[in-house]
Amino acid sequence: MANRNRNTEPTMLEKIERMDRRIVFLAIAITIILPLIWPLGLPIQVSPQVEDFHDAIESIPDSSVVLFPNDYDPASKAELYPMTEAILHHFFSEDRGLKIIGLGLFPAGPPLLQRAFEEVAEEQYGAEYGVDYVNLGYKEGREIVMASMGESIPKTFPTDFFGTPIDSLPIMEGIKNYRDIAILVNVSAGYPGTKEWVQQVVSVFDVLMVSGTTGVSAPEYYPYYNSGQLAGMLEGLKGAAEYEELIGKQGIATSGMDAQSLGHLVIILFILLGNILYILNRRNKNRNRGGRF
Amino acid sequence: MWETLGIWIQVFLTLAIFSFLYRDNPFYKFAEHLFVGVATGYWVVLQVRNVLLPNLFEPLLRFSDPWLLLPLFLGLVLFMRLSDRYSYLSRWGMAAVVGIFAGLAIFGFGGGDLIIQIRSNILPFIDREAIAAFTENAGLITFLEILSNPIFILGVICVLFYFFFSKEHTGALGIVSKIGIYLLMISFGASYGNTVMARISLFIDRAQFGIVNWIPTVIIGVLMIIAFIVLAITGKVDPKEQF
Repeated sequence: MANRNRNTEPTMLEKIERMDRRIVFLAIAITIILPLIWPLGLPIQVSPQVEDFHDAIESIPDSSVVLFPNDYDPASKAELYPMTEAILHHFFSEDRGLKIIGLGLFPAGPPLLQRAFEEVAEEQYGAEYGVDYVNLGYKEGREIVMASMGESIPKTFPTDFFGTPIDSLPIMEGIKNYRDIAILVNVSAGYPGTKEWVQQVVSVFDVLMVSGTTGVSAPEYYPYYNSGQLAGMLEGLKGAAEYEELIGKQGIATSGMDAQSLGHLVIILFILLGNILYILNRRNKNRNRGGRF
Repeated sequence: MWETLGIWIQVFLTLAIFSFLYRDNPFYKFAEHLFVGVATGYWVVLQVRNVLLPNLFEPLLRFSDPWLLLPLFLGLVLFMRLSDRYSYLSRWGMAAVVGIFAGLAIFGFGGGDLIIQIRSNILPFIDREAIAAFTENAGLITFLEILSNPIFILGVICVLFYFFFSKEHTGALGIVSKIGIYLLMISFGASYGNTVMARISLFIDRAQFGIVNWIPTVIIGVLMIIAFIVLAITGKVDPKEQF
């Protein structure tokens, strides 16, 4: 009986392997929170796709019109809002007179975009709503909205985010469709987003396009970057931090990078630990089985 | 005052959602139900205010575009599903929706994905520019650049062979398809890595918010912990039980 108990009782290694998952959560939480309080200042390397994103915006003529669809909602705010802010800094910091037309194909996207416009464009650069930028708001219809804007942007969006008729806004004067757009800068969390803009707009109207996406969606969009359909790409919070580094405007993305790196390190350690324990436990079990038979 | 109240509500809801990591509990359920209700209400208001009014009803009331009666009719007949007698009418609206989306999707995939992606996969096996860069500046990165095109081309071929099911995967085909599956696993690993990065970013955002608003975070966090201890003592929850 005592023998049987000893055999069925989990060993120390088995206990560690089956540890309460809440210990893992706690370890990751502590590793992420500590560098947010005491930053380490780990270096940030700018990737080629981020440089290309920056260069594409630099390449358009001054006073051009930029279409800026922000297709995300609060679920992706952590990654994409810092990106939106960094891009707005780039638009307005050089005083190039760019006209920014924002919109969103996610219902909760336009309020976030409006907040970014107010915090960055208005408060920091004195940009004026309706003159330097506009928020066209949300429109249901996904690909249909994209296709319809190819015919007429004012017809697709008769009013802006606040319900104002867009033909009363100076920024919309002379803007009819994609032919009047110099670059499409999409910030995207999934469907409808970058993939659909590429399929419905870039391939049909030959519009220059760059995209900032969540880390989850990025692998899906790399083929578009490799084929040249996207002129540049920002990937998750890391991409936003690299962009902040590039434009020399360290913000919330940069401050989160230490935490991100350490969080990854802890997850790698847990994966390695889990695999080592699995191998050791399997070896022990095989040894015990061999002894028994 | 309203801003402060908003921050306290945000902190409470954030901690209530995170409390699920400890175990399922009434705070989490409350936050979850509240989110579903608020999101539904917001979505309905938005559809009416941003879509139906400016794009349909206002132009119709101004008699500026009588053609809009057609989408109005097709939209209304969708509700005929509620009637046993006239439910067949809803198929007209549904047919229009499916037809338009299918047409746009086929057009988009054909023009935006299929042709351009195939074209971008036609690469020279040996990249002369990469060789020139390596000769000029020999190093690990420039050497890997030379391998880039061969890996890409052979990778595409191997993965395509893995999805070739008309012949048993044995012999040479077996080896090629095996390489294909390993390459697929590498790509799944990269996707998983990106997913981890995205999830950590979400937590970073909330942690930054909690640090900036540390007073409500500490107060509400402590109150929640006390509530969990009380629930555990009274036996209403088993602290060892996970979700």
